[in-house]
Amino acid sequence: MSEKPGSDAAGTVAVLLRLRPYAAKALPRIYTAMVVSLAASAVALAIPQVLQWMVDGPLTDGDAGQIWLAFGIVLALGVFEAVLIGARRALVLTPGTHVEARMRNALYAHLEDLPVAFHDRWPSGQLLSRAVSDLNLIRRWLSFGLVLLVVNVLTLIGGLVILLTLNWVLGLIFALAAIPVIAYSFSFERRYSRVARLSQDQAGDLATSVEESVHGIRVLKAFGRSRYALKRFENQAEQLRGTEIEKAKAIAGIWLYLTLIPDLAFGVCLVVGVWLASTGQSSVGELVAFFATGTVLLFPIWSMGYFLAMTLDAKTATLRFFEVMDSENTITDPVSPAVIEGGRGELSFDDVHFRYQDAPESFPDLIDGVTLTVRPGETMALVGLTGSGKSTLTALTTRIYDVTGGAVRVDGVDVRDLSRDDLRTRIAMAFEEATLFSQTVRENVLLGRPEASEAELREALDIAQASFVDDLPQGLDTKVGEEGLSLSGGQRQRLALARAIAARPSILVLDDPLSALDVDTEALVEAALRRVLATTTALIVAHRPSTVALADRVALLQDGRVTAVGTHSELLATSEHYRFVISSLEADEQQNDEQNQEVTT
Amino acid sequence: MSDASVTGVEGEERDDLSTAESKQIRDRSLRLLGSLVRPMRGRLIVSMIAVVISTASQVAGPAIIAYGIDSGLPALLQQNWMPVALAGVAYLLAGVLGAVLIAWFTVLSAQISQAILFDLRRRVFLHTQRLSLEFHESYTSGRIISRQTSDLDAIRELLDSGINQLVQGVLYMVFTAVALFLLDAESGFILLAALVPLAVLTRWFQVRSQRLFRRTRVASAHLIVHFVETMTGIRAVKAFRKEKRNEVEFGGLVEDYRQTNARVIKLFGIYDPGLVLIGNVAVAVVLLVGGFRVIGGGIEVGVLLAAVLYTRRFFDPMEDMAMFYNGYQSATAALEKISGVLEEQPSVPDPEQPVDLWTSKGAVSFDDVAFGYKADRPILPAFDLAVPAGQTIALVGSTGAGKSTLAKLISRFYDPTEGRVTLDGIDLRDLHPKDLRRAIVMVTQEAYLFSGTVADNIAIGKPDATREEIVAAAVAVGADTFIRGLPNGYETDVNKRGGRVSAGQRQLISFARAFLADPAVLILDEATASLDIPSERLVQDALQTLLADRTAIIIAHRLSTVSIADRVLVMERGRIVEDGTPADLISGEGRFAQLHASWRESLV
Repeated sequence: MSEKPGSDAAGTVAVLLRLRPYAAKALPRIYTAMVVSLAASAVALAIPQVLQWMVDGPLTDGDAGQIWLAFGIVLALGVFEAVLIGARRALVLTPGTHVEARMRNALYAHLEDLPVAFHDRWPSGQLLSRAVSDLNLIRRWLSFGLVLLVVNVLTLIGGLVILLTLNWVLGLIFALAAIPVIAYSFSFERRYSRVARLSQDQAGDLATSVEESVHGIRVLKAFGRSRYALKRFENQAEQLRGTEIEKAKAIAGIWLYLTLIPDLAFGVCLVVGVWLASTGQSSVGELVAFFATGTVLLFPIWSMGYFLAMTLDAKTATLRFFEVMDSENTITDPVSPAVIEGGRGELSFDDVHFRYQDAPESFPDLIDGVTLTVRPGETMALVGLTGSGKSTLTALTTRIYDVTGGAVRVDGVDVRDLSRDDLRTRIAMAFEEATLFSQTVRENVLLGRPEASEAELREALDIAQASFVDDLPQGLDTKVGEEGLSLSGGQRQRLALARAIAARPSILVLDDPLSALDVDTEALVEAALRRVLATTTALIVAHRPSTVALADRVALLQDGRVTAVGTHSELLATSEHYRFVISSLEADEQQNDEQNQEVTT
Repeated sequence: MSDASVTGVEGEERDDLSTAESKQIRDRSLRLLGSLVRPMRGRLIVSMIAVVISTASQVAGPAIIAYGIDSGLPALLQQNWMPVALAGVAYLLAGVLGAVLIAWFTVLSAQISQAILFDLRRRVFLHTQRLSLEFHESYTSGRIISRQTSDLDAIRELLDSGINQLVQGVLYMVFTAVALFLLDAESGFILLAALVPLAVLTRWFQVRSQRLFRRTRVASAHLIVHFVETMTGIRAVKAFRKEKRNEVEFGGLVEDYRQTNARVIKLFGIYDPGLVLIGNVAVAVVLLVGGFRVIGGGIEVGVLLAAVLYTRRFFDPMEDMAMFYNGYQSATAALEKISGVLEEQPSVPDPEQPVDLWTSKGAVSFDDVAFGYKADRPILPAFDLAVPAGQTIALVGSTGAGKSTLAKLISRFYDPTEGRVTLDGIDLRDLHPKDLRRAIVMVTQEAYLFSGTVADNIAIGKPDATREEIVAAAVAVGADTFIRGLPNGYETDVNKRGGRVSAGQRQLISFARAFLADPAVLILDEATASLDIPSERLVQDALQTLLADRTAIIIAHRLSTVSIADRVLVMERGRIVEDGTPADLISGEGRFAQLHASWRESLV
């Protein structure tokens, strides 16, 4: 977002040329449209020539028959022009929508592919504004702006040639007038590019604010901070308004030149033209044709400002599009992915390090050398204080993030050597924040394995104690997630758990999967979960002793390092930090314990 | 939704509207447009005047040329420079005046349209905030986002270039027509006759495009809903390999949107050349008729030339006008959707005559309250409950027992279907919103962080808080240590959806928020679920001091909370089945005694 917009005409062209791969299929039709459009302009320019012929010929001679002929020609030309304009639209506009669709799909696919770290960094409103508004702009420029810009320029050149042949003196006056306009347009480009970019970025920020105000509505309501949020929003909207007015001022500047200069030239031409006619160096018909042609050229001249602005908008939109497309995906599939033959589901961490790219150097790694093996079929609980790196460690298993040192291995194979699809089929995750999509309960639960049978679906729901789904209006076919029904935190969490179970992975990674459940339901889930865990390798982030009880062994995470591994009771006996983290006994009871220990020692 | 209605957002996605319904929503959106434009009247008039003068001076062009040729040339042949010089100077003056005014008008009209947009943005944003949770829970966030982004874009596009084009174009055409009539009435009538097919064509376009544009709004909303959902849930998308399936789904939506767009464009592709055709035929006819009149000696050659030029010029802005009309249709379709959202009434409305409550003691009372989302499905059957000021209540019961619903009634996320909830004897429905929100604060399990710094996020509890107050709040709930450990301490950006802080840390921040807000009544709905035990213990220590002099309702599955409660309420299937002090209930044999026993067992 900090990239400097290209600041010269060559830059603009270079940026826009990058659209070629997406527009390739449409280009032949766009070129054809230019030709057709040019023909339309030529036709429009031909009409004044007929007028000249008529004024100098039939009207002077009083030949009525010839007038019919002139009428016929003008009419035919007029119909022809309309047909050509229709053809231009037909040629270009549908392919334009295809280009837009192609770019939108490409952007979406790329965004899905980009790592989570990218999404952490980019506000979603900026992505949304690129995917919708920016691509809209590009489509309209391609199918409309580009064609008419080229055609207008050629029309102007053609018109100028005609003006020069009609009368070189008058034509020259007109041509000289173009110089200050062209000179000004360079400074316009710099000025306008800057504000166009700013306005698109600010629109993206505004979209982010809108999104947050909707997603965070509960917090805003709970604290009665809607007005406060409005203030922030207003500030941003105010900035955008300022930028838009800047844009208008830039446009007003070029408009001034584009209307003033041709008019000045016309005024001079009028005086000079009449003088030329009076001295016999020019005919009245010539003058008529000159001004008629000039008039035809006025609209292309005026609209140049509009098309220039549109082109610059398209340029900045293209820049923004490619900022995302050029973002390199750091988490990709290997060229020749390794294949695990009938792995038993061993998960091991080998001196794993992780830090966020933008973390200051003085900060230690978030995961600072974790070595840990979860044996096939074993359930390992991960225990540690808030912020000790538990969630981060689980995220490394499915390459939500990639390690910055060491390796995570599944059955001895580095996860980076597996295809992501394969890896994520082997390992299923349940996140502490249960994300449901606007789909049916069935689709949500079977997200990881759409082909699962009804019985398997049932089993997963039973284990997660999610029988409440049968009480929903349409049972398993009820739409949940954002659209339609809203579920409680506990219900969402159970569906997310069912989802991980239904995926039948060889390794389950559960990030505090039962935090929102009440004690009774939790006990039921745990009892059922034991059956699954008996045969499945599992890594479970746990805050409560009851969850830890599911595990065969416990790993204690402290400041990004595993400081102790053992059974629950071993750790209770040997690790003071473990007791501190997991014991809910009242502080005074603990003190009593400690005093007792002291007494015994 | 078989009962057809188009009030509010209902029937928003239908495109089979009856004529009456179509008119209803069109009127609604025009009323909205009117209310947006009304405050701009003064500036609009000024800009109109500017554009009238500038257009007039532009239109004068051909007349001056005609004068220059018809009078200037013969005069010059007699060595009289006066007329031609006059014509030249007049042309220059007209040009300068026209250009300067056009530039001024461009800026002026941008100011007007930006003011209108700002007003509309503000209104939709505010109204979205005012609408109750009930609305938000059924109206996808993606849709409300699309209303505020892509729909507003459609309106912006219209205002950006449209108003300019419209005013200028209309005036240009009117002036040109008038000039033509003054110059040569007969040609004028030919022009007038051309307006008939023009009107027919426009009506045809209007009827068809209206429906198609509505569809584009719906299609773009679908697109945005899907997009936003994917980006917000990107972790789950990746973990469950939904990418390919998503691409297919999204591709389908993109194609839908493309097709509706393409159909609108095709329609315009007929309309626009149609207009050109009408214009060109008119020019030819003027030429034909005028030609015969020149031969018959009826008019001068210069007049014919001017008549032809005027006719031609009359149709020049036609393409712009057509585009304006296209944009107008698109914007109206967007306005229809937006006005639908604005028409929605919050089911938890602000009181009309709010009662002030400057300082609240914090006594909450339920008088014969019953609640259900739907009339036939009561969630909470009628009950009474009095919570004296200063009492700390632990609300216990299994998932779905109605604990959160009760909490939402106190914080007025919902209003009861029967009876009333009062604070210090005042019905919550009558209480001034500012006092209600100052007095009652709820912290939920979902701890949403807004983009900005950690300090900003805590300050949501009290926007005018000093840094000292913010830090004090963080210290009180035990969040200070981890915040200081962040790269920039309190100034650390929390990024999108708090990507960098863990769920537990988010809950601590949201606790600090509540601490800072310092309400008379604090509701904690599973607000410590993601905390580790030591953090929870710290929070509880903090709560003990914090809750000493205020009312609190705490919902927690972990019964450790109970130790700080004065009173325990056990809920089952929407009813309060036990009510007493923790000691009494534990020593009894009821539901709570069982719960507590099994909880104790689970501890180490």
